[in-house]
Amino acid sequence: MASTRKDPVLVVLQLSGANDYLNTVIPFTDPLYRDYRPNLGLPEDQIIPFTDDLAFHPSMGPVKDVWEQGKMAIIHGIGYENSSRSHFRSMDIWHTCEPDKVGTEGWLGRVIRDLDPAGENVLKGVNFGQGLPRAMALRGVPVTSVSDLASYGVLTDVPAIGGGEERERMLELFSRVYSPAIGNGPVMDYLGQTGRDALKGADIIKTAPEQYSSTVEYADNPIAKSLKSVAQVHLANLGTQIFYTQYGSFDTHFNQLPAHAKLWVDVSGAVNDFFADLREHDAADNVVMLVFTEFGRRVQDNGTGCDHGRGGVAFAIGDRVNPGMYGEYPSLKAEDLIEGDLAPGYDFRGFYSTFAERWLGLDATPIVGGKFEQLDFLPTH
Amino acid sequence: MPSQEDIALMAHLMRRAGFGASRAELEERAAKGYEATVEELLNPGPEPGIDEDELIRYFPQFESSLAPVAAQTEWVYRMINTRWPLQEKMALFWHQLFATGNSKVDNPPELLQQIAMFRREGLTTFPNLLVQLAQNPAMIYWLDNNGNHYGSINENWGRELLELFSMGVGHYSEDDIKEASRAFTGWTIGTKPPRQPVGRFYWSFEFKPEDHDYGEKQFLGHSGNFDGGDIIDIVVKEEDTARFLARHLYNFFVADEPQVPAWNITPPNDLDAIDRLVQAYLDSGADIRSILRALFNSDFFKQARFAHVKSPAELVVSTARLAGNYNGPRTGFPLLAFECGWQGQELMNPPSVESWHTGSEWIDGGALVRRVNFAAKLLSDTSLPGIKAIVAGLKEQGTLSPNEFVNACLDLAGPVEVDEGTHQELLAQAQAGGDITWDSEEAAAESERRTGVMLAMIAATREFQFA
Repeated sequence: MASTRKDPVLVVLQLSGANDYLNTVIPFTDPLYRDYRPNLGLPEDQIIPFTDDLAFHPSMGPVKDVWEQGKMAIIHGIGYENSSRSHFRSMDIWHTCEPDKVGTEGWLGRVIRDLDPAGENVLKGVNFGQGLPRAMALRGVPVTSVSDLASYGVLTDVPAIGGGEERERMLELFSRVYSPAIGNGPVMDYLGQTGRDALKGADIIKTAPEQYSSTVEYADNPIAKSLKSVAQVHLANLGTQIFYTQYGSFDTHFNQLPAHAKLWVDVSGAVNDFFADLREHDAADNVVMLVFTEFGRRVQDNGTGCDHGRGGVAFAIGDRVNPGMYGEYPSLKAEDLIEGDLAPGYDFRGFYSTFAERWLGLDATPIVGGKFEQLDFLPTH
Repeated sequence: MPSQEDIALMAHLMRRAGFGASRAELEERAAKGYEATVEELLNPGPEPGIDEDELIRYFPQFESSLAPVAAQTEWVYRMINTRWPLQEKMALFWHQLFATGNSKVDNPPELLQQIAMFRREGLTTFPNLLVQLAQNPAMIYWLDNNGNHYGSINENWGRELLELFSMGVGHYSEDDIKEASRAFTGWTIGTKPPRQPVGRFYWSFEFKPEDHDYGEKQFLGHSGNFDGGDIIDIVVKEEDTARFLARHLYNFFVADEPQVPAWNITPPNDLDAIDRLVQAYLDSGADIRSILRALFNSDFFKQARFAHVKSPAELVVSTARLAGNYNGPRTGFPLLAFECGWQGQELMNPPSVESWHTGSEWIDGGALVRRVNFAAKLLSDTSLPGIKAIVAGLKEQGTLSPNEFVNACLDLAGPVEVDEGTHQELLAQAQAGGDITWDSEEAAAESERRTGVMLAMIAATREFQFA
């Protein structure tokens, strides 16, 4: 599968719980920022300015480095019309691209289907974490979900089953009792497919950590561990084109300052280490990372935190990204807010479309459910 | 002697109203009768579900440890060992509905207090539970009601009370959320005494009148100087609330429904069943025990065998109970707690207040592999008491043809009902080894080993994923 090495790869990082836009990319020269954030406003001597008007959160030093290297695009005011303030609902909308009804298909499920229509590679999409995100869920599309790369495999620890031949026979039996001929109904079908795919995927993916070595030392936190696993599988050339992982919770209603700072220390460090690791192996130039959250937070703070809001910020990171800022920072003026929230000015489905068409070379319309404005942070395919 | 059908039905009841039961317990309960067993489950006695002194003696750390796994382990210990299975199952039901997570609360003993409240109050009335919940310190902290002040509301609790805990999305306005939040101002956590010199204290609920908004509120078409209790009184009388709770009970105890966010646009799979549960809610004044009585004695429940994908907690606990090697204190319980998390259900740490997605969404490639590996390992170990009992049960039946062997294993491990195709594959596996005999020591040892392998394969089937 070595020939697939230079296929484009997309790594999606979900910031779960609604990351606070205003304290991530800070409009520090806008006096309204201080007015709205009497308790949460970040001190000017700590924030990290990167333009005359905007600064990163003090924890985002490594992100500033990425910015200065010209490997990052900032997408301002991203969201969708009639933004939902429910985490669950909004995350569902981001995952399914269905703002008006509850969708069951994930947009990345459709991407994986289009990248691999025959479902030949069960590792085309790999999630690291507990539970499969809805974004990757699409019946009939195999996706591998791994909580721990080191111990992944079927019937790996059953002493009663002898070694070698007997284990092989059991695995054959396993694949037959999960065959489509058996059982009926969508849940049985789904379980059957999942079982067969798991069996296939496990055999391949368990080879990844064995081949890996690196001088990069990742930090000891869950997002660093997940991105290290992404690097291991990517470097093993298994044909994976879509990786997914998430970190949180960014749901900072209360005591935001220390919590948000810690989260960004972890994320910034992990992202920077991840790309350093890929570059060390000359495997970075076909990778882009998509960073998103389900919505931004309320403009006015509530004392020590802030409530659910609307417009947010997203990032695209990678060696091939056209660096810069895209879209406009939403106005903080009272008359421009929607019920106290930043008004989203750019539809996230356009952001997704840019990756789908310009990076992955797919027709974005069926993937995101329509035509939406694409941005130039990626070159046209 | 109870019939095979009585045993199968009792096994179904015990899987849903508890965490499964051994063959001996099934026979004993079936002899008492189905409805009598339902009553027994619904009416736990005054004595605690487990020997509390024994728990403290062997696991003193459970009381105060700040490690999440210690709290999870205590709960798993109770789920496996309780003499009141429905009490513990209801604690799990309320935890999945009123999902509160250590990711934010960061205080496992407080979460255990919340679970203890679910255990204590879980079979009372819904209004009582909502009041207890609104006054539960872990919940107050989780949804920021301690930051909900007179003149400066934090609407997190007010919103989730309506959206996720009672009425469901679409049945109230944004203004109702704000007014409900005003009514809960001043419902907060009391100041804690310092930890030195006598140790830690639990958080406590405190009502601060000076921080409460006593003004008039408009809520769901009612107006008055409502406080939190009044809001709950109004909410629980709404039929939307009855319907929402009925659907949660159906999804948890009867058969898998679509995921919660789809509920306001996707009708229930069995509308008649939901209507009957709603009626039981309305007739009884939202008495949980009465609603569950109607549920367990209904035909729609009895006919829903294996229509529910086991949650990780159900799978882990029921498998450990079947294996019988976690009865009473021993080492190794923390691994069971971790296992629930690895399969996608870290107890007391749901992914968000919206809780876990259930049904087939418990299953993905990684989770399925874990479920299969965990259950196959335990069920294949013929040195464990529960598996020994299965081997003894087979032995009693004497020489078994391959077909009799497969059927007897399926029977004693559940009864588990499998698809014809699965049965064929298990049979082919059994036929390769010929008849099961116990005539010589050597034959008995080989039969025992083959039983372990057969049970591992049963544990690995799709059908085993269902309760």
